[in-house]
Amino acid sequence: MPLDNVVFWVFAPLSIATAIGMMVVRNAVHAALFLVVNFFTIAVMYLLLDAPFLFAVQIVVYAGAIMVLFLFVIMLLGVDRGDPLGERLFGQRTTAVILAVAIVAEVATAIRAGVGFATRAPEGFEAANPGGNPSALADVLFRDYFFPFEVTSILLIVAAVAAMVLALRRSRSVTQREIEEHEGDDLEAYAMAPPGAPESMRGGTR
Amino acid sequence: MIDLIGLAIAIPLVAAGVNMLVGARLGRYAGWLATGAMAASFAIALGALLDLLSLPAGDRTQVVTVAEWIRAGAATVTLDLRVDPLSITMAMVVTGVGSLIHLYAIGYMEHDPRPGRFFGYMNLFCAFMLALVLANDFVLLYLGWEGVGLCSYLLIGFWSDRPEAASAAKKAFITTRVGDVMLLLGLFAIWTHFGSFDFDTVLGADGSLPEIATGTATAISLLMLGGAVGKSAQLPLHVWLPDAMAGPTPVSALIHAATMVTAGVYLVVRTHVLFEISEIALTVVAVIGLAGALYAGFASLGQYDMKRALAYSTMSQLGFMFLAAGLGFSAVAISLLVAHAFYKALLFLTSGNVMHGLHDEIDVRRLGGLVRDMPWTAALFAVGALALSGLPPFSGYFTKDAILELASHDGEVWAYVLGSLGALVSAWYIARLFFTAFIGDRRYEGRAHEASTLMRAPLVVLAIGALFAGMWLALTPDGRLATFLEPVVGTVAEGHAGPSAQVLVAISVVLTLLGIAIAWRLYRPAAAERWISFPEREPGLAGALGHAFYIDDLYAWIVGTVGLRGAAALEGFDRIVVDGAVNGVGRLAVRLSGLAPIWQSGKVRRYALSFLAGGVALLVFAVVRV
Amino acid sequence: MRTPIAYFLLLSAILFALGSASVLLRRNALRIFMGVELQLNAVNLTLVAFSRMHLELDGQILAFFSMVVAAAEVVVGLAIIVAVFRRTGTADVDRADVLRG
Repeated sequence: MPLDNVVFWVFAPLSIATAIGMMVVRNAVHAALFLVVNFFTIAVMYLLLDAPFLFAVQIVVYAGAIMVLFLFVIMLLGVDRGDPLGERLFGQRTTAVILAVAIVAEVATAIRAGVGFATRAPEGFEAANPGGNPSALADVLFRDYFFPFEVTSILLIVAAVAAMVLALRRSRSVTQREIEEHEGDDLEAYAMAPPGAPESMRGGTR
Repeated sequence: MIDLIGLAIAIPLVAAGVNMLVGARLGRYAGWLATGAMAASFAIALGALLDLLSLPAGDRTQVVTVAEWIRAGAATVTLDLRVDPLSITMAMVVTGVGSLIHLYAIGYMEHDPRPGRFFGYMNLFCAFMLALVLANDFVLLYLGWEGVGLCSYLLIGFWSDRPEAASAAKKAFITTRVGDVMLLLGLFAIWTHFGSFDFDTVLGADGSLPEIATGTATAISLLMLGGAVGKSAQLPLHVWLPDAMAGPTPVSALIHAATMVTAGVYLVVRTHVLFEISEIALTVVAVIGLAGALYAGFASLGQYDMKRALAYSTMSQLGFMFLAAGLGFSAVAISLLVAHAFYKALLFLTSGNVMHGLHDEIDVRRLGGLVRDMPWTAALFAVGALALSGLPPFSGYFTKDAILELASHDGEVWAYVLGSLGALVSAWYIARLFFTAFIGDRRYEGRAHEASTLMRAPLVVLAIGALFAGMWLALTPDGRLATFLEPVVGTVAEGHAGPSAQVLVAISVVLTLLGIAIAWRLYRPAAAERWISFPEREPGLAGALGHAFYIDDLYAWIVGTVGLRGAAALEGFDRIVVDGAVNGVGRLAVRLSGLAPIWQSGKVRRYALSFLAGGVALLVFAVVRV
Repeated sequence: MRTPIAYFLLLSAILFALGSASVLLRRNALRIFMGVELQLNAVNLTLVAFSRMHLELDGQILAFFSMVVAAAEVVVGLAIIVAVFRRTGTADVDRADVLRG
C-alpha cells in the first residue's frame, strides 16, 4: 500500500468528519475548534499534492491567525450559546440540502467528462520546482504575479485600517441632564454605548 | 322654365336659411318671406308644367343637370332633376297646396314667439320634398326622403316644451327609420344589380323594361315598399301618425296630409315597373293598402280628438292609394293623391280654425254647435267632408269610385267588396265629425271667434279645389290627368268583368249616403247623450276603437319589455364580464406585484440561497455544454 | 503520488457543499462566516490539485493569494460583526432585515 494512499484515506474522511462536526455542533467555540482540525487536514492534503510551502502557510495563517481571531470574537461577544435549532425560513433546509447534493453531483459529472476518475498525477513535478518549492514560488510570484502582489499588499493595509475604524468605540458627549438622570450608573459605559444599544450594554441600574 | 326648375328647390332653401338665422328679427315678415318663397316655387313649377305641355307627349321626360355632386372613383353622381308628368304633378301639389298652407300659417302662428324657426323649417321641408319628387336618381330621392323625415321631426316637436310633442317627434322619426333602413337596403340592392342609381337605367327609358329577374325585382320592390310603408304610415308602421298631431296644425296639414305621407305612394308609383315585374310585390301593396284603409277607417270612428280622427282618415285614404297602385292603377292613385291633398288640407286647417278660436280645444265631446259662432269654418269643413265622402260630383267621388270600379271590372271581388265597405266607413266617420262638432247644442263655454281673413282665404281656394278639381282634371282613368301621366305610369287597362259602370256608380252613391245616414242616426243632436256616454256603456268596444285595436300598445310593450330586458342583460354583461375582465386585469396585476416582495424578505440567508442556486444553475449550464 | 486527482477534486466538492450548507442553515453570523472559510479552503484545494496535475505553479500562487485575501476579509468581516453586535445586541442575521420589502 503506497504511503500517500494511506495518508489520503485517513485524512480525507477526517476532513469530511470535522466539516460535518463544525456544522452540527451547537456551541460556537466547539465549531471553531472543529474547523481548526479541518484546516490541518487540508494542510496535509497540500502536502500530498507536493505543495509544502502552502502546507506551512495554511497552518500559520488559517489555523494560527484566522481561527484565533474567530475565537477571540466569539468569546468577546459571548455568542457561544447555541443557535436555536428550528428553521424559521420556509423551505430553506430542503433547498440547501438539494443544492449541496447538486454541487457534488455536478462536480462528479464534470470530472467524469473531463479529467476522469482514474487519472493519476503525472510525474515530473520536480522539474517545475527548480530550487525547491518556496524559491520556485517566489520566482513566479515576483515575476509573473508582481502586480497582484502589490495590490494585495494595499488590500491588507486597507483591511487593517478598516478594522480599526469599525471597531472603534467613540464616547459621546454627555449632556448635564443625562448626568443627573443616570446618577449612580456607570457613566463611562453609558457614554461608550452607541445610541441604539440595549440597556444591557449601557451598564446601569435603570 | 324647365331649365330653371332647380330654382324651385333653391328659393325655399335660401328662404329657410334666412328665416332660421334672422327670423327672430323678422317677426311677422318671416311668414310672408316663407310664403313668398313657396309662391315663387309654384310659379316656376307652373311654368315648367306649361313648357312640358307644349312638348309632344312622347317627349315629356326632361332631365336638367344642376351640378356635379359626388365623384367617387369611377362613379360620378351628378345632381340631376327630372321634369316629367309625374314629378311635375307632385311638384304642383307640393308648391300649390304648400303655398296656401304657408299663408294660413301666418295667421295661425301669429302669436308664436319663434316664427323664424317655424317658417324656416316649413320651407326647408318643402325644399326637401321637392328634391324628392324632382329627383332623377335614387340618391337625390333618398336625400329628400331623409330630409323630409328630419323636418317632420323638427316640426312635430316644434313646441319642444310640451312632452307629448317631443316624444311624438321621436316616435315618428324612429318608426319611419325602420322603413328608411329597408329603403336603403333596397337602394343597395339596386346598385348591386344595376350598377347605377339613375332612373332611366333602373326603371327603363322610353318604355323599355329593365333587365331583371323576378326574384330580384321582388326583393327590391318589397324593400322599397318597406320604406313607403314607414313614410306613409301604413300597417304595420303607422303608429306614429296619430301622435304626430301634437304638432302645430299647419304642420299636420302640410306634412301629414298633403305631402310627406304621400311620398310613399310616389315612390311606389315611380318604381311601378319593378313592382309589375314581380307580381307578388304588387299584391302585397294592394293587401297592405286595403287592410290599412279598413283598419284606419274603423279606428277613426273611435277618436274623440278631431285631429287624431283626421290622422286615421289620412291613413285610410293613403291605404286606398296603395290599393290602387297595387291593382295596377297608378294614374288613379295619383289622382286620389291630388284630390286628397286638397280636401285633407282643408279639413285639417278648418280644425285648426276651431282650435284657434277655442283655445286649442279639439275634443268633439266639448264642441258642438260651432256653426253658429264659426259659420265660415263650418261651411268649409262641410265642403271637405263632402269631397272626402265621395259624393259626386266632388273630387273624392271620381277617384275613390274609380278604384272600386276598376277593381270590379278586373274581377277583383275582394278588393271591390272590402273597398266599398271602406268607402262607406269613410263617409260615416267624416260625417260623424261634422255632426258632432258643428251642429247641435253647444257644449263649450264662452264664444268661439271665427278665423281671420288671412286664415280663411286659403281655405276658400282649397275648397274650390276640393269641389271642382275632380271635374276639371277629370280625374277618371281616362281623364285629363291620367292621360297626362300616361308616359310615366302606363295606361290603365280596363277590364270588363262584373256589373257595368252605371250600376257601380249607383251602388257607390247608395253606400255613401248610407254611411252619412248611419252617422246622422248615431250623432244627430238629439242623440248627443248617447254617443258621448258610449265609452261608459261599451268600454271594450270604445277602448278597442279608441286605441286603434291596441297595436300601438303592443309595440310599446315589445319595445319596453323585451327591449328593456335585453338592455338590462347587455348592461349586466358589460358590467360583469367586460368591466370584470378589465378590472380583473388590474387586480391581477396588483396581486402579481404583491408576490414580488415575498422575495424581498430582508433575510440574508435567503439571498445567500439565491446566490448559491444561481451558481449551481450556472454550473449545470457549464457542465451540460461541455 | 498514487491517488487519482479526481479524489481530491471530489473531496473539495464535498467540503464546498458542506460549507455552503453551513452558510445557508446557521443563523449565527460567526457560524456563517466559518462556513465561508470552509468554502474558500475547498476551492484552494482544487486549485492546488490542478496545479499538480498541470505541472504548473500558477495554481499554488492563486491559492496563496486566496489565503491572503481571506485573511483580510476575515479581519474586516469580524470587525463588522462586532460593530453590528454592539448596535443591536445580537448576532442573529435573521434579525437584520431592515432592508425588507
